[in-house]
Amino acid sequence: MKKLLLAASACALMSGAAFAEDVKLGILIGFTGPIESLTGHMANAAEAAMAEVNASGKAANTYISVRGDDTCTDAAAATAATERAITAEGVKGIIGGDCSGVTRAMLTNVAMPNGIVMVSPSATSPALTTDPDNGLFFRTAPSDAREGEVMADILVEKGVKSIALTYSNSDYGKGLAESIANAFTAKGGVVTINAAHDDGKADYSAEVAALAAAGGDLLVVAGYLDQGGKGIIQASLDTGAFTQFGLPGGMVGDSLPAAIGPALDGSYGQVAQSDSAGAAVLIEMGKANDPAFDATSPYTPESYDAAALIMLAMEASGSTDSNVYKEKILEVANGPADGSGVKILPGELGKALELIAAGTAIDYDGASGVTLIGPGESAGRYKQFEVKGGIYETVTFR
Amino acid sequence: MDTLNALVAFLNFIVIPGLAYGSQLALGALGLTLIFSVLRFSNFAHGDTMAFGTAFVILFTWWFQSMGITAGPLPTALLALPFGILATIAMMLATDRVVYRFYRNQKAKPIIVVIVSTGVMFVMNGLVRMIIGTQEINFGDGARMWLSPQDFKTWTGLAEPLAIKGTAAISVMAALICCALLFWFLQKTRTGKSMRAYSDNEDLALLSGINPERVVMITWIIAGALACIAGTLYGLDKSYRGIVYFSLLMPMFAAAIVGGLGSPVGAIVGSFIVAFSELIVTSAWKKILGYLAPPDWLGDGLYQALSTDYKVAVSFGILIIVLLFRPQGIFGGK
Repeated sequence: MKKLLLAASACALMSGAAFAEDVKLGILIGFTGPIESLTGHMANAAEAAMAEVNASGKAANTYISVRGDDTCTDAAAATAATERAITAEGVKGIIGGDCSGVTRAMLTNVAMPNGIVMVSPSATSPALTTDPDNGLFFRTAPSDAREGEVMADILVEKGVKSIALTYSNSDYGKGLAESIANAFTAKGGVVTINAAHDDGKADYSAEVAALAAAGGDLLVVAGYLDQGGKGIIQASLDTGAFTQFGLPGGMVGDSLPAAIGPALDGSYGQVAQSDSAGAAVLIEMGKANDPAFDATSPYTPESYDAAALIMLAMEASGSTDSNVYKEKILEVANGPADGSGVKILPGELGKALELIAAGTAIDYDGASGVTLIGPGESAGRYKQFEVKGGIYETVTFR
Repeated sequence: MDTLNALVAFLNFIVIPGLAYGSQLALGALGLTLIFSVLRFSNFAHGDTMAFGTAFVILFTWWFQSMGITAGPLPTALLALPFGILATIAMMLATDRVVYRFYRNQKAKPIIVVIVSTGVMFVMNGLVRMIIGTQEINFGDGARMWLSPQDFKTWTGLAEPLAIKGTAAISVMAALICCALLFWFLQKTRTGKSMRAYSDNEDLALLSGINPERVVMITWIIAGALACIAGTLYGLDKSYRGIVYFSLLMPMFAAAIVGGLGSPVGAIVGSFIVAFSELIVTSAWKKILGYLAPPDWLGDGLYQALSTDYKVAVSFGILIIVLLFRPQGIFGGK
């Protein structure tokens, strides 16, 4: 109640200055649940974006944050929280949900029937790419399937014709292996074997014997570097089954070259990491912000970007109606196809609003280097690396 | 050339790993079978005894390494092994004094002692966690490969690599030496003979003046030493993680039962049967067959009977088959 009064009085003050419309944006992420340690930073970052737009004085609307708890795991609770945010609070756009399962429930059960835009900062399930969404769903986090495509691109560029593939027997490993296999096969490569390995075992010689029998130019290990992934690589080197390895994100860390030694040199792969200039800017902004947030915490830059995208799209379309401004989100995020849009980093939202008002195209880069692909999900930035002398040396970002 | 390649691939992926794993299992299974024949119960704590012994070997290895003592091309752990064995024997004798002797004096039924040994297993598991933790530890040093796969390929010009890991070779040699010593001890020495007599017929052995406590003590000493050696070799060859030794219990029991519980020869033969069946059943034969058969005979299949996920199921399967058709085991145990 106190918050509401404060917000109301703040609006009253503001409305004197301009004929601003108060627009509520819902932040629906799991303030309780398995990622509750992340969501505080995420919400603060999203609210910092709103405060920045409001403070610039160049927006047609005043943006007010409404927090709701989607719990990350409980689809019924998430649906109820979204229902309340839309019908009782009247939010015009939603930043959320956080975890893939509840996000799908919120989208299908509430956001689509009510016609409200959702921009998720952290849902990464490939299923959300193909879920029907009436064009209302976007995400500033990349789909897990994206890493498979990036890896397949790298393999094809390196001239790899066939791979043996092994994955950690977990949801992450299985999903990643599937996306790598699909993408690589689609590009004309051959996956000779796609076999699981269990983490936490001492002996992987049987697994490696099967992988070796299937053969392939190199072995892609979609596992964890401190677990079975390391065991598989060690056993492969010990038997001479494979000498070169493809290493997805889960296999990146200093402990792996330390354990394997020089034999790992020449292996390569990719890891989700942004080289965007905006990330550094947001880290500084987070420290100075009140309340402070840690922009190095996972999905915090994505949350700032999600809020910024909604507001910029609303301003660019001159409407707070989801079905109108949803058309503008891809436009502000990517700019014109020729890349002539003006790059916008965190802290430059006021400048972005000026440019929009002047009719200049913008290309919102934000803190996570936003580029939306397909039905409106982040392409994600991946660092392509090669192991040289025990160091993951950056080859390029893609 | 193709036949040679097939042979090398078979050696590299089946024979060498099978020999190393079989040797490690055999040392463990020998301890199990000795305890069964003399003390007349299945010792469920044997896997964790191995972990306990290995933990001490690791501690001594670290200590030696910190003092700059190494064994040159051999793993330092071999130097630390005698000290680990002493620690394991002390632990076994202490356990016997505190726990098992009580039940022996009560003439408790074997099944009760089995459950007691399960309790001992949990205690030992907890101890190992407290002493050295649950994380993975690599304590091998020295020359890792005796025959590196790349060198072999350059020397022979074959397409298939052949690798011999130092720890695998040491495992096989250690198993040979331990078995030879054990059989010599059981067959030739007075104490060994008294152990066999006690195992064959307790009452007659007692009548002929054999001291039962002494036989029991010797059994624990031998079983402890074997457990420590087996655990250390397994840890050196793969990697040390306290909890994986518990899962070794299953193949070790399968090996001992297949060979015939109570028969030392049976334990060794059983171990190699289990080790090789696990590898043969879960291995993909595509590559080896590819060298032997004309290419168009083989389709895209991997020629793999069971996915490697089901490796453990192989020992279960062997166990069930043996218990159904020849419950006394190959060498007719108890």
